Amino acid sequence: MKMHLDEKIWLTISFGIIMGFMLITGYQAFALEMGPPSNMETIDPQKVDEIAPFNEPGVKQIGDNEYEVVMTLQAFGFTPNNIEIPAGAKVTFILTSKDVVHGFEVAGTNINAMVMPGHIQKITQTFDKPGNYLVICNEYCGAGHQVMSTTITVK
Amino acid sequence: MKMEADLKTGFKDKTNKMLGFYPEDAKISKSYIAVAFIALLVGGFLGLLQGLNRAGLLELPTWFNYYQVLTAHGLLLILVLTAFFTIGYFYAALSHNLGGLLPKVRKFAWSGFVIKLIGFVLAVIPILMNEASVMYTFYPPMAAHPVFYIGLALIVVGVWMCCIGAFIQVANWRKNHKGQHVPILSYFATGVFVLLFFALMFVAVEVLFMIIPWVFGWVETINVMVARTLFWAFGHTLVNIWYLTAVSAWYVVVPKIIGGKRWSDLLTRVVIIALVIMNITGGFHHQIIDPGINEVVKFMHVFMSLAIGFPSLMTAFALFAVFERTARRKGGKGLVGWWKKMPWGDVRFLAPFIAMVAFIPAGAGGIAQSTNQLDQVVHNTMWIVGHFHLTLGMSVVMTFFGISYWLVPYISNRVLTPQINRLGVIQTWIWTIGMIFMSGSMHYVGLLGSPRRTSYSTYGDHATALGWDPYLMLLAVGGTLLIIGVILQVYAVFNMMFFAPKGETEFPIAEEEDNATKTPYLTERWGLWIVIMLIVVAMAYVIPLTEFIVNAPPGSPPFKTW
Repeated sequence: MKMHLDEKIWLTISFGIIMGFMLITGYQAFALEMGPPSNMETIDPQKVDEIAPFNEPGVKQIGDNEYEVVMTLQAFGFTPNNIEIPAGAKVTFILTSKDVVHGFEVAGTNINAMVMPGHIQKITQTFDKPGNYLVICNEYCGAGHQVMSTTITVK
Repeated sequence: MKMEADLKTGFKDKTNKMLGFYPEDAKISKSYIAVAFIALLVGGFLGLLQGLNRAGLLELPTWFNYYQVLTAHGLLLILVLTAFFTIGYFYAALSHNLGGLLPKVRKFAWSGFVIKLIGFVLAVIPILMNEASVMYTFYPPMAAHPVFYIGLALIVVGVWMCCIGAFIQVANWRKNHKGQHVPILSYFATGVFVLLFFALMFVAVEVLFMIIPWVFGWVETINVMVARTLFWAFGHTLVNIWYLTAVSAWYVVVPKIIGGKRWSDLLTRVVIIALVIMNITGGFHHQIIDPGINEVVKFMHVFMSLAIGFPSLMTAFALFAVFERTARRKGGKGLVGWWKKMPWGDVRFLAPFIAMVAFIPAGAGGIAQSTNQLDQVVHNTMWIVGHFHLTLGMSVVMTFFGISYWLVPYISNRVLTPQINRLGVIQTWIWTIGMIFMSGSMHYVGLLGSPRRTSYSTYGDHATALGWDPYLMLLAVGGTLLIIGVILQVYAVFNMMFFAPKGETEFPIAEEEDNATKTPYLTERWGLWIVIMLIVVAMAYVIPLTEFIVNAPPGSPPFKTW
């Protein structure tokens, strides 16, 4: 089969672009540990309140300016809500849903994770800039989906 | 007198046969296309309601709320419009290419039509009663009224009937034409129906074996991750089925309309085979930020998704090369001067051309979204909505519009008048501008964090959410232009179907280049391609599905949260 030189060049570039995306994605995921939230732990979705750590949702300091936020999502709210953390803190959110599928998004940051019933999701972020961050559920979860929000105050 | 009339009709039948026109088959395509465009009209109005609501201009009543409207909009445009158009178009192609449909095949097409419509009515009733506001993705553990799922199952069965009909038609032709290649448009149809057939299996398993026993209470809980994964194995393939349908017109029909020849037959068939083999596995990129799937598997799936980009990049080269070659033959000169030789005033060219151009940013956005970290930035934001209005709403649907300006006259034994052509050109520009506004603002406001599938909300007047409002207003402007486009398009279709002057319209299929190399018969070995496809699907899905099932958490009971 004859293929024009231009087409060979184009297809080589195309292949190169795709491989470039692959390499950068892999480098970010595995070398820089910027991979997407992919926690593997599971939980009984009907007994969330009885199982640690979700029996005590809240903000816990676990190190020098390092925090853990244990949070449950339920139609149509977050527990705990309106949390406060100091600027520069590294925060790991430990999340699960008590009913349907929810999303956990903090607008203006790269925090974005699906929160499934039966699964424990984790995502970590360092909040350098002080401010009032809007937290929303970004997966349709029912009639009150549009009011399912809270805030994180960084000061 | 009677004899004369008989002779006349006999003569007419013969010319029809020579043109590859079969009235019985045309009725099938006509019915499918009519349903598709009615769905566009209703779905379009529902879309307008959402756009106005999102901009804060319109409060929807409680008896027909935003989430009902959105579920119906998705079902009408994503399932009905696309499925009915695809089937109507490809059945017309099969009839024209392969010497008319077999009577048996016509029966399959009609039964499929009726079963799909019944299924659709059953799915819509609970939506209207606010018993199924679960979106067209219906993620468990949200549980709609059982009738909704029975409706979906019937739609699946109806589409399967059309797949089987197409397979019988193609197999029969191959038996009578040993050693020959299936004509190119029927080859595209084969690829599309193979994909549909297998993709529907995933959602059929989800609905029949997981959801229906669960909503009827025969089992107490459901495995949420398995259901979701099966849905996307179907859901993303469906996206690529529309795309492959549009691509068929780009490769085969558009070159004929501009008076040119087809791109390499072999490369065209290679693109089809590649899209069939690699498509189903692409669904996983909808789950990049899900829990329960480890990062290594997610990385493998980035490759699976990006690989689909390669045949599309082959297509991009092929199409623009055909344009240049044709325009230069017509005396077009210079690096860009040959553009002047393109038939810009012909809607049958203009609409699919803009559709192709739209696929450049649409495809690039798709590649960006397939990569893990970039997806995390935009997942479930309005960006995604912008993306699929660019891909489906522009690349695919505008191609369908372009097709309608010759397909509808062809199946109706009528002609495209200059007036309707002019209307089509105006429609094309209105649609283009509307989509640029709407999709553009959706992309941008998505980057700022505005979520998809959410009715108007300022989140307690939070400054961040208030900052989204100007873009949401632009969205509503785009949506308003689009509804004008919908009305013009639907008018044009029904005018061409019932009122345009009688006459014969050609089914435009471009020829190969005179010095084209012969395509090896290997491309006809569908058995082989299907086996390879199944191996790729197994590579992609066996590990994660096993993980979800073996390490499954206790399941979820049904919830009605609306």
